[in-house]
Amino acid sequence: MATLDAPRIVSSRASFEDSHTLTRYLATGGYDALRKALSMFPEDVAAEVDEASLLGRGGAGFPAGRKWSMLRKSPVSYLVVNGDESEPATFKDHFLVERDPHQLVEGIIIAAYALQVSQAFLFLRGEFALGLERVQQAVNDAYEHGALGRKIFGSSFSLDIVVHPGAGAYICGEETALIEALEGKRGFPRIKPPFFPAVTGLYGEPTVVNNVETMANLPWIISNGGAAFAALGGGRSTGTRLFALAGRVKNPGVYEIEMVKNTFRDLIYDPALGGGIIDDKELKAIIPGGVSAPWFGPDLLDLPLGQDEVAEKGSMLGSGSIVVMDETTCVVRATWRITKFFSRESCGQCTPCREGSGWLERVLYRLEHGGGRAEDIDLLLDLSDNIAPGLTWPPQQTTICVLGPSIPSSIHSAISMFRDDFVAHVQHGGCPHD
Amino acid sequence: MSHFRTELRQRAEELVALYPRKRSAMLPLLHLAQEQDGYLSDEGIAEVAALTGTTPADVRGTASFYDMFHLEPVGKYVVGICTNIACLLAGGEEMLDHASATLGCAVGSTSADGLFTLEETECLADCNLAPCVQVNHRYVRTTTPEAFDGMIEDLRGGRLDHDVPSHGTLIRVRRSGGLRADRGEVVAERAEAQAAREARAAKETK
Ligand SMILES: Cc1cc2nc3c(=O)[nH]c(=O)nc-3n(C[C@H](O)[C@H](O)[C@H](O)COP(=O)(O)O)c2cc1C
Ligand code: SF4
Ligand code: FES
Repeated sequence: MATLDAPRIVSSRASFEDSHTLTRYLATGGYDALRKALSMFPEDVAAEVDEASLLGRGGAGFPAGRKWSMLRKSPVSYLVVNGDESEPATFKDHFLVERDPHQLVEGIIIAAYALQVSQAFLFLRGEFALGLERVQQAVNDAYEHGALGRKIFGSSFSLDIVVHPGAGAYICGEETALIEALEGKRGFPRIKPPFFPAVTGLYGEPTVVNNVETMANLPWIISNGGAAFAALGGGRSTGTRLFALAGRVKNPGVYEIEMVKNTFRDLIYDPALGGGIIDDKELKAIIPGGVSAPWFGPDLLDLPLGQDEVAEKGSMLGSGSIVVMDETTCVVRATWRITKFFSRESCGQCTPCREGSGWLERVLYRLEHGGGRAEDIDLLLDLSDNIAPGLTWPPQQTTICVLGPSIPSSIHSAISMFRDDFVAHVQHGGCPHD
Repeated sequence: MSHFRTELRQRAEELVALYPRKRSAMLPLLHLAQEQDGYLSDEGIAEVAALTGTTPADVRGTASFYDMFHLEPVGKYVVGICTNIACLLAGGEEMLDHASATLGCAVGSTSADGLFTLEETECLADCNLAPCVQVNHRYVRTTTPEAFDGMIEDLRGGRLDHDVPSHGTLIRVRRSGGLRADRGEVVAERAEAQAAREARAAKETK
């Protein structure tokens, strides 16, 4: 049974029809956390977040407090909030942006205060037309309300937030590419080191980049204290988390549940959550953490939903997306489509990623659509090995960003788990499911 | 002479003023240019170049990196259908084929009446209502072929004009408010406040 008694930290207002309005926000305690934060020392606000042990929700899971403290020695210039959300089957930031934009704005103001920056940029995926409108309206309302702009709530703290629309490019979710896009350029990830925008970020100045959901947690943490947040979850995975459940389940959707206290099985099968597989079919495989992540089979259903727990089994919780595939799913087609995505979205700077993704996609295409050869299966593994030597997890870095080495994840998983399906495609001269 | 109509030109200038460097307004300005012309016309590109202090070639090169920018005219309605993993598992490819038949145009092309352009998209982050369909970047949430056809009829009949504004319109909510103060002044104030806090803390620990 799923453990569902944890407080709703980021989705408490979502059930209200008018959850996106200032009126509803104020009626439900909105901007109280900001008032409290402004009465504290900025360092103490940061200390609460550190104590909460809030892991970044963008994919890499780096502790937010630690990221901020790396910067405390030198002044930070900019806060950039990552709302590019384009990892396939990830849709939790979309939910936060449309359903509770004020919570996001309040979180950003709190973070900006802790970091003592006076300029924040919220980079939102361009395809979120309604989300962009709601967030811009929330920002406008916040100015009007005195929660943004000059001397916020009569304090000496001033902040400006600019809502910046993206324009359709998955790679702009990678933080250095996002900064390039924010500088008005093509979204090419920057060469590392420096590894963190904290050193050289926007306009070459120290910049903190955090995910939308990371920000949305801050009002609750300040209101209730970092310790209360850290008391939820388990191990390094504290608090709750939004999981975006999709694929062959009865009730796909965004669910906020306590970390570690729940398992994949709980999320997928509990009647209050996923509700089980469509038509009660057998589960075939799950993709935890976005399509960059290696897959799990039914044997790992009882694994707790925690960052380290999932990492220990050779995958990642990543972006909080979980895709369910069942016995009716053709894994060759799924793998082909995921690889096609990477091939379309590779920015083209690095040869293994640019050439490798296209080549892999063509081989998978012919397996799925007819013309596949027996040796193609090992060819796929060999090409994958060229992109991420050893096919380890986490993968070896051969390219500027981790998009490239993520490409083999699904291919390696699918062939290891379902090699027979690939063989059947060769023998059948195409997809036996068609 | 500005190619942007007066109101858009004013919004464009406001956008440029929001950023520490003009070039940062590139993507928002390109969205504006597309809002006026439906695609990125030569004149629109030239104006964005002038506003950002770059060249038309530079603007074109940047714009071509991004899927949402159209360097050729498109239909009044750009229909995007996702076939990525969650939508694939819910019949996204079949929906795309169906849309192509209904609209009478191949994927990546525009219908003969110039009304619709059909695109196959990557994940649109609405995977629980799969397969996901967007029109002009608005979620229409038609997950069956019948619902899709009804939606297309509604578009033709002008019944969705409010929900689906013309192509390019990303933000109907205009920015009001903003930090009008000199940034140097804000930084000085910040330093002052910090010094005051430190003095207070020193006193408290004594
Ligand atoms: C290819 C790629 C795509 C990414 N996409 C996103 C994204 O859409 N949203 C996001 O918040 N982080 C994304 N990230 C992670 C960011 O680089 C960065 O780690 C994150 O925004 C930091 O925020 P956090 O510490 O609050 O998680 C992506 C990384 C890579 C390599
Ligand atoms: S790994 Fe791929 S996406 Fe990342 S920088 Fe290299 S070519 Fe671009
Ligand atoms: S996979 Fe289609 S919207 Fe996410």
